[in-house]
Amino acid sequence: MSVIRAGLAIAAKDVRVELASKTALATAITFAALVLVIFNFARDPAEVKLEVLAPSVLWVTSAFAGVVALNRSFTMERERGAIEGLLLAPVSRSAIYLGKYLANLAFVLVVNAVLLPLFIVFFNVAPSSALGWIALLLGLAAAGYVAIGTVLAAMTVRTRFADLMMPVLLLSFLIPPVLVGVLATTRLLGGRPISEIAGLVQILVLYDVVFVTLGFLLFPATMDE
Amino acid sequence: MTDSHDSDRLIRVGKWLTGIGLVAMAGLYYLALVVTPAERWQGEAQKILYIHAPAALTALAAFGIVGIVSLGYLFLKDPRLDAFAEASAEVGLAFGAVMLTTGPMWGRPVWGSWWQWEPRLTLTLLLVLLFIGYRALRTAIDDPEERARYSAVIGIMALVLVPFVHLSVYLFRTIHPQPVILKPSRPTLPWEMLRTFLFAMAVFAIQYAGFVALRYGIGRRRAEAS
Repeated sequence: MSVIRAGLAIAAKDVRVELASKTALATAITFAALVLVIFNFARDPAEVKLEVLAPSVLWVTSAFAGVVALNRSFTMERERGAIEGLLLAPVSRSAIYLGKYLANLAFVLVVNAVLLPLFIVFFNVAPSSALGWIALLLGLAAAGYVAIGTVLAAMTVRTRFADLMMPVLLLSFLIPPVLVGVLATTRLLGGRPISEIAGLVQILVLYDVVFVTLGFLLFPATMDE
Repeated sequence: MTDSHDSDRLIRVGKWLTGIGLVAMAGLYYLALVVTPAERWQGEAQKILYIHAPAALTALAAFGIVGIVSLGYLFLKDPRLDAFAEASAEVGLAFGAVMLTTGPMWGRPVWGSWWQWEPRLTLTLLLVLLFIGYRALRTAIDDPEERARYSAVIGIMALVLVPFVHLSVYLFRTIHPQPVILKPSRPTLPWEMLRTFLFAMAVFAIQYAGFVALRYGIGRRRAEAS
């Protein structure tokens, strides 16, 4: 119980720090918007229809924004030596992981919450119940890769070339959720019944369960001082 | 601290195994190119299988061993396990490079395309890229204990990722069937080809053992020196 409370306290601290400046959030959202714009022009409009490309663009943009967002999750702690204070606090490593994970997840979900409406506007997606499912899929995918990214960020922040190391390591882990997400989104936007994506949702849930568990098990190994 | 004869012996064993492996490799080339008959449909191009498939399987095994040894490291904190994981990862990358270069050479004449986004190919490519990242991470950390812990975390996560990549790419493929000339249900290999293939597997296993013993010995010696 105390792990959960301590974790929530750490997450709340991160969220407050984020809301105080909002710079990182605004930058990550701008980044996502720019990727959408670039993708729109990275095609021959006469040859490739926007609708064909739309699912891939949404997921690649979401993945890239996730990498950018996660990259900064431990820099703040590192820069001001705050991590020492956090490690000295009478809370378990699991609580620190939980807090960091929740804060990162909140950050990524907010970015995605802005990305989805932008995507709908830029790619002329007809409003339908499918969008609710797509939002759920984006959230499910984030729940998994944020768990991995939180562990990776805790390590890469302490290495040389941290900004480069993070994407190189994390992108491999994004292949399953992006691939599954694109398949499901293509079917949803094509008006297929929900039953056709049930199996894909199951894979995402399994991915979440496995990597969140693994995150809790492995994170302490990144924090031994 | 550690016995320096240990690393000397490892390097000696590694050199011997590598030497034996190289001689056997020459034998494999002879067996594959001269003795073993060519496959009827694919012609001579098929013979690259005797290099490609063992290299791929050895690379996958090498990366799998990294994951298992990494798990052991996190429990036992024995630096020798870390040195072994490092050795296996590097040797896995070497075999992965062989797999990735011989694959397209065979794919072009037989499949009609350099590359197919097929589960096994994609998985091996992804693991090679991930383990290049693993190596990059190792070089970016100075403290040996920290390096060992971080590498172990990546090694374990890579092992867990494998089934997810395989499953998802498999789903991707079933949605977009590719024009594959080669039937997935290959008829059972004739004995001459099976024999060459099994010999190739043995040669690559010896090569792996030799390279890893050498690389592990060098790693140990480096740790002793510092």
